[in-house]
Amino acid sequence: MEFKNPQEELERFRSRLAVAGGFVLLCFTLLFIRFVWLQIVQHDYYQTRAEDNRISLVPIVPNRGLILDRNGAVLARNYSAYTLEITPSKTRDLEQLIDGLAGVIDIQPKDRKRFRKLLEESRNFESLPIRTRLTDEEVAKFIAHRYRFPGVEIKARLFRQYPGGAFASHMLGYIGRVNDRDLEKIEEKEADANYRGTDHFGKTGLEQRYEFDLHGETGFEKVEVDAGGRAVRTLARTAPVAGNNLTLTVDAELQRIAEQAFGDRKGAMVAIEPATGGILALVAVPNYDPNLFVDGIDTQNWRELNESPDKPMVNRALNGAYPPGSTFKPFMALGALTLGKRRPEQLISDPGFFNFGGHHFRDDKKGGHGMVDMYKSIVHSCDTYYYMLANDMGIDNISSFMGSLGLGSRTGIDIDGESEGVLPSQEWKRKRFKKPEQQKWYAGETISIGIGQGYNAYTPIQLAQATAIVANKGVVFRPHLVKFITDTRTGKQTLIEPQPIRDLGFKPEHIEVIRNAMVGVNKEGTGARAFAGAEYISAGKTGTAQVYSLKGAEYKAGSVKKELRDHALFIAFAPADNPKIALAVLVENGGFGAQAAAPIARQVLDYYLLGKRPKAPALPDEAAIEEDDEE
Amino acid sequence: MNRGIGLTTIRDLLLRLVAPIDPPLMLIAGLLLLLAIGMMGSASPERINAQLMNVAAALVVMRIVAQVPPQRLMHLAVPVYVLGILLLIAVALFGDVSKGARRWLNLGFMRAQPSELMKIAMPLLLAWFFQKREAMPRFRDYGIAAVLLLLPVGLIARQPDLGTAILVLAAGFYVIFFAGLSWKVMIGMVVAGIAAAPLAWNLLHDYQRNRIITLFDPEKDPLGKGFHIIQSTIAIGSGGIFGKGWRAGTQAQLEFIPERHTDFIFAVFSEEFGLFGNLLLLVLYALLIGRGLMIAANAATLFSRLLAGAVTMIFFTYAFVNMGMVSGILPVVGVPLPLISYGGTALVTLFIGIGILMSIHGNRMLVQK
Repeated sequence: MEFKNPQEELERFRSRLAVAGGFVLLCFTLLFIRFVWLQIVQHDYYQTRAEDNRISLVPIVPNRGLILDRNGAVLARNYSAYTLEITPSKTRDLEQLIDGLAGVIDIQPKDRKRFRKLLEESRNFESLPIRTRLTDEEVAKFIAHRYRFPGVEIKARLFRQYPGGAFASHMLGYIGRVNDRDLEKIEEKEADANYRGTDHFGKTGLEQRYEFDLHGETGFEKVEVDAGGRAVRTLARTAPVAGNNLTLTVDAELQRIAEQAFGDRKGAMVAIEPATGGILALVAVPNYDPNLFVDGIDTQNWRELNESPDKPMVNRALNGAYPPGSTFKPFMALGALTLGKRRPEQLISDPGFFNFGGHHFRDDKKGGHGMVDMYKSIVHSCDTYYYMLANDMGIDNISSFMGSLGLGSRTGIDIDGESEGVLPSQEWKRKRFKKPEQQKWYAGETISIGIGQGYNAYTPIQLAQATAIVANKGVVFRPHLVKFITDTRTGKQTLIEPQPIRDLGFKPEHIEVIRNAMVGVNKEGTGARAFAGAEYISAGKTGTAQVYSLKGAEYKAGSVKKELRDHALFIAFAPADNPKIALAVLVENGGFGAQAAAPIARQVLDYYLLGKRPKAPALPDEAAIEEDDEE
Repeated sequence: MNRGIGLTTIRDLLLRLVAPIDPPLMLIAGLLLLLAIGMMGSASPERINAQLMNVAAALVVMRIVAQVPPQRLMHLAVPVYVLGILLLIAVALFGDVSKGARRWLNLGFMRAQPSELMKIAMPLLLAWFFQKREAMPRFRDYGIAAVLLLLPVGLIARQPDLGTAILVLAAGFYVIFFAGLSWKVMIGMVVAGIAAAPLAWNLLHDYQRNRIITLFDPEKDPLGKGFHIIQSTIAIGSGGIFGKGWRAGTQAQLEFIPERHTDFIFAVFSEEFGLFGNLLLLVLYALLIGRGLMIAANAATLFSRLLAGAVTMIFFTYAFVNMGMVSGILPVVGVPLPLISYGGTALVTLFIGIGILMSIHGNRMLVQK
């Protein structure tokens, strides 16, 4: 056993205490150095981070620009409404939550379906509407129960509204919630910052094409937030700038009259101001209600629109390609004059058919029209004249002339997704078909091209544009819908200058021949009945296009007949000596152009030139088409 | 005369009431308590009254303990330790689980956290143990002491409660250190400890490992595990030299600092009072520890010395670990800032410690009499 010395023991203990004390001082010094590092050396960095923490920039979405017609009538506007929104990332059991909400606020199965669809398309952290357009009573009811629903909130939002409903929908288009494709476009434009907080984007029509004009500049609110992201107070605010307003060349009243003129028929009509290319009306029927798309369309409506045999989602004016039928003839005649293939007074003999390689191409009129000059060939729509002419001109001449009128290529209208149609040529056939024997152009195929049949297929806007070019004596303007864009902040109006693209250099006397013949159509020819008693001189041409390819027609016995009916067409411009309007009308399965399409043109011209409103639609509903050999 | 007698009686009573209280220790603790109430007014004003109640209860406990002579305390050492061990075993078997850890024992009328008891019971027992071995402790005695220490530490670490385990381990270690454990052994233990670190790593719970990983790189997981540390260092750093002012700390007031009235109250303090505030706090703790070490140096018996030294160093451990973790140089282990964090349990434990120091100080002359 060691000897125990209390004094020595105490000394040793005290030395240990001193060590402990020294250790304490060392550790505290370390801490102090750490504080100096954080609070002096790194102070600025942490100061910034603390500021970043507490200050949040909250975007304020600007009002979307309005769309107005040429007279200022509102076609698309915004209204404020309350929505009930769920942030899925903040909720645990979504279904249970919605069930709970349904106990407080009316939630229909279609609301749930639409919400599920939005959920599939959504970016993760955003809030999605389960109900829109809440009444004040519903808002109050929810607020009383809100504690039960974390992750659910009421938001005041601006909604796009198309006051005319389905009116002009193919032209206006619609907006819908931003999706991945839209995000790409936003990134391409480097507009990411400006689209913070925006959840709608133009999807079709003018809404799509002019998205970046209509959107406006997003404002920002500098808000102090707590750790939970709740705003505590506002520090600064940059007001948003509302989007630019679009004023169209379109006359809404004319558009309405044209739409109503179609009754329950399918078809399209495009009316253009020849001197500017400004579109006065762009009808495609049936149409659809774009309001359905704004909050995200529900599945039932979506299915109805997409599965309807009438295809209301197709913009027939820009995307329907139809053989032009006899409306092709004035253009053929102008081509013949320009290329020197015919003189106006040159007569041909029409025995009722044209023989080519042993095949009889029959004229509509049995026994033929007898001796026919250019005037008569248009006024009475003589097929034989054009069979021969086509044969004389050859496919490549026809093709290049029609191409110069814009047929078979996009007109450049300010709506995306326009179709090209088909301008047949040897080259086109080579590209279109794969097998060598199909790639060859047969001279016989040229014959029916002359009367607007065969491979010919053009969109109604192309026909309207070609008509406008003729009316404007060969000077081509780009068709456009927007007349000017108004900056809502400065009130400055940016005019979309009508720029003549090119002058085709037609000889005035050639234009004169065609115009006279087309005036003759409405005075004494196939359009005479429709234009009887008109107080202005108009130029027109009827057309009937055969519907030759129909798939599945045999299963639907009831509708076969209707679907096999020919398409009715009519082109016109008026007044003939100083055209203010040029148009093309197409009625799908309408039968003869003279009966189905010309009356629509008559109503449109009557209103536009005289302000006369029709008493009834131009066409009787679903009326059986009287057999008539007039064309 | 009646009145005079009355006055003298009251004066006597007051004198007797304050007699066991050591004025310097009380002054320093009092200043820290004032800071605590002030900070509560910023971090969590609605808790001021509750904390005042806790302070009152803790002071009463301190006054009672201060009156108990060290010899009586020595008699309590073994029963309290045995009780503590039994309760820890009971927790392991029947304890309530809260936040993934089994720490609480439901006694029917109240919930108790027996690990807290061990913070005092541990140094008490070891001081008693070394007092019993009055001869120069041999190596074997250190071995026994180590076993007595590691038993409760193991039980607490298993709960798991890393913070308390570290505090209990430290408290016990200080006794052994002051008892004179040779430097060679300690250095050997440190070397062995480093060698065994990979083994210990395997024994840790995932969340404990994560805390350690996050310590070294909190930015790796800014919204998850690293959030506490990132936000508290931002608070401290943005406080600067003079601080943002009382109740003007954006990190604190906008609730970016987690647990800002308990373990992270130092971040609030530091943000609002800056480097100067931190210096004041360090000085107050240093004074408190200095006074405690001085009491230990002058204590009458080996038991008192060891106990006073260890209790004092517990204060240091609390303060250092807490400020270290909040400022991002130590892992987050759930240790409150002594005398300042909200909560009654830790406060009572700490004031029992102060009471013990006062008792030892009051009885420093006993042997010589």
